[in-house]
Amino acid sequence: MIQIKNLTKKYGSTVAVDDISFSVKEGEILGFLGPNGAGKSTTMNIITGYLSSNEGEVIVDGFNILDNPTEAKKRIGYLPEHPPLYLDMTVGEYLSFMYDLKKVKLDVSKKNHIDNICGLVKISHVTDRVISHLSKGYRQRVGIAQAMLGNPPVLILDEPTVGLDPKQIIEIRSLIKSLSTKHTIVLSSHILSEIQAVCDRVVVINAGKIVADDTESHLSNTLSKDSRIVIRIEGPEQEVYNTMAGIPDVKEIKTMGLREDGIYEYIVEAKPGKDVRREIFKRMSTRSWAIMSLKSSEMTLEDIFLALTDGTFIANENNDTKDGGDK
Amino acid sequence: MSAIFRREFSAYFKSPLGYVFLTLMFVYTGFFFYYVFGYGYNKIDYVFSSIFLIFLMCIPLLTMRLMSEERHNKTDQALLTAPVSLNGIIWGKFLAALSLLGISLIMTVVYFFIFSVMSTPQWSIFIGNILGVFLLGGALISIGLLISTLTEQQIISAIVTFAVMVLIYFWNSAVSLIPIDFIKNILSTLSFTSRYDDFTSGVLDFSNVLFFLSAIFVFNFLSVRALEKRRWS
Repeated sequence: MIQIKNLTKKYGSTVAVDDISFSVKEGEILGFLGPNGAGKSTTMNIITGYLSSNEGEVIVDGFNILDNPTEAKKRIGYLPEHPPLYLDMTVGEYLSFMYDLKKVKLDVSKKNHIDNICGLVKISHVTDRVISHLSKGYRQRVGIAQAMLGNPPVLILDEPTVGLDPKQIIEIRSLIKSLSTKHTIVLSSHILSEIQAVCDRVVVINAGKIVADDTESHLSNTLSKDSRIVIRIEGPEQEVYNTMAGIPDVKEIKTMGLREDGIYEYIVEAKPGKDVRREIFKRMSTRSWAIMSLKSSEMTLEDIFLALTDGTFIANENNDTKDGGDK
Repeated sequence: MSAIFRREFSAYFKSPLGYVFLTLMFVYTGFFFYYVFGYGYNKIDYVFSSIFLIFLMCIPLLTMRLMSEERHNKTDQALLTAPVSLNGIIWGKFLAALSLLGISLIMTVVYFFIFSVMSTPQWSIFIGNILGVFLLGGALISIGLLISTLTEQQIISAIVTFAVMVLIYFWNSAVSLIPIDFIKNILSTLSFTSRYDDFTSGVLDFSNVLFFLSAIFVFNFLSVRALEKRRWS
């Protein structure tokens, strides 16, 4: 549905987006994840035709955004980082204007279509209010409504839940999930739980480069190949540590301190592909130190994100680390 | 384009701006009408020749927010990502400003009828004057629109537009200071005032019509290019 090839965008000498390529399949919800200033908004602005890239191309539903902008733009609903609202208009007037601006042609009447969307994002009761009097959360919802006008096949949402309260966030997330049956959605966020809750696939971007492009579950597997276990053992801290450190397959042990009476917690990292659980059990039982709990620690998206964006991951691949924060 | 035109035109009346502009135009044209009439002249073209001076003060009000405000509020993202051409955006806004200018000139029709009661109405002169004032207004609006496209600050847009219009108003005197005849001759053909004076004195020269129409097209074209360029920078 969306193909992005070798996209590069420079602002003067700073490179905001550096040779990004990915594609989005029909009906997919793609999460676009990255720290502030990573180039998320710039990439989305290029996809929607607001900015032009220095190199590379964007194809939406078969139409190149540069060669055939009108056709491509008809297929995109865009919610930018700051919702593009005319503060002097009422919600109803604004949506009516955007409907005309987008040259929407549908089977249902204009009024029905707008009413329908207002119902979905729950702004029906504020349609007569002037936008400048609305709170941030309502403005955000008007922005989402505006993007949905005309049922475009592609929705590009730049941080759609910013400024909403927790209840609204849950509502908007479930709305986005329900929209994926009819729309292809690209959603950016720096909130990891949001991506985890909504997206099928994650593209992680840092300092203008893609550092990962995978499904969320697959991503955690690849990064946590080296198995880490969290273990609680009843016994003297230093001796337990030394005993475990004597196991040949153990790579690293971290002592987490006293957790319960006489019970200490450790995080044991085994060498890649090795399982040290049996060996630990054997050695502990000979000294009759009881293992009170043992669980393997899977990487959360938070861990993955930090691992990917602190530069260590990308450095392994091409010895090229950059400072983030260019915009 | 029509959606942008309608939104832009109604926006003038959602803020005090449209009313302030209309008030100023009515007050100034009224004042000049009173002045001409009070001195015993019975000529509508005297009123029209003073309108250039009024435009000088009023047109920056009309054009300052056209693009600057969009950029400042980031609503240009909605326009530029909608399936509308850049030409549609610029011309929609241009026509909205021109329409408001048209409304502000309605009173001159009333003045014309007051004059005609006392003598035989000279329709050809009146039509020529109306045409001239529209062409001049249109050209000045496109200049203001271009300046508004270049800046994010309405106030900067208004001040620069005003400065440019003052230069245009005193163009003849400014050009006459140039010592090289060759350059002087070329620049003096670009004088808005001389060409507008032709209209008000009842000379309907097709080259003048063409001059103002070209100015409108050139400056609107430059506005479109300025919008386009921003996407690349």
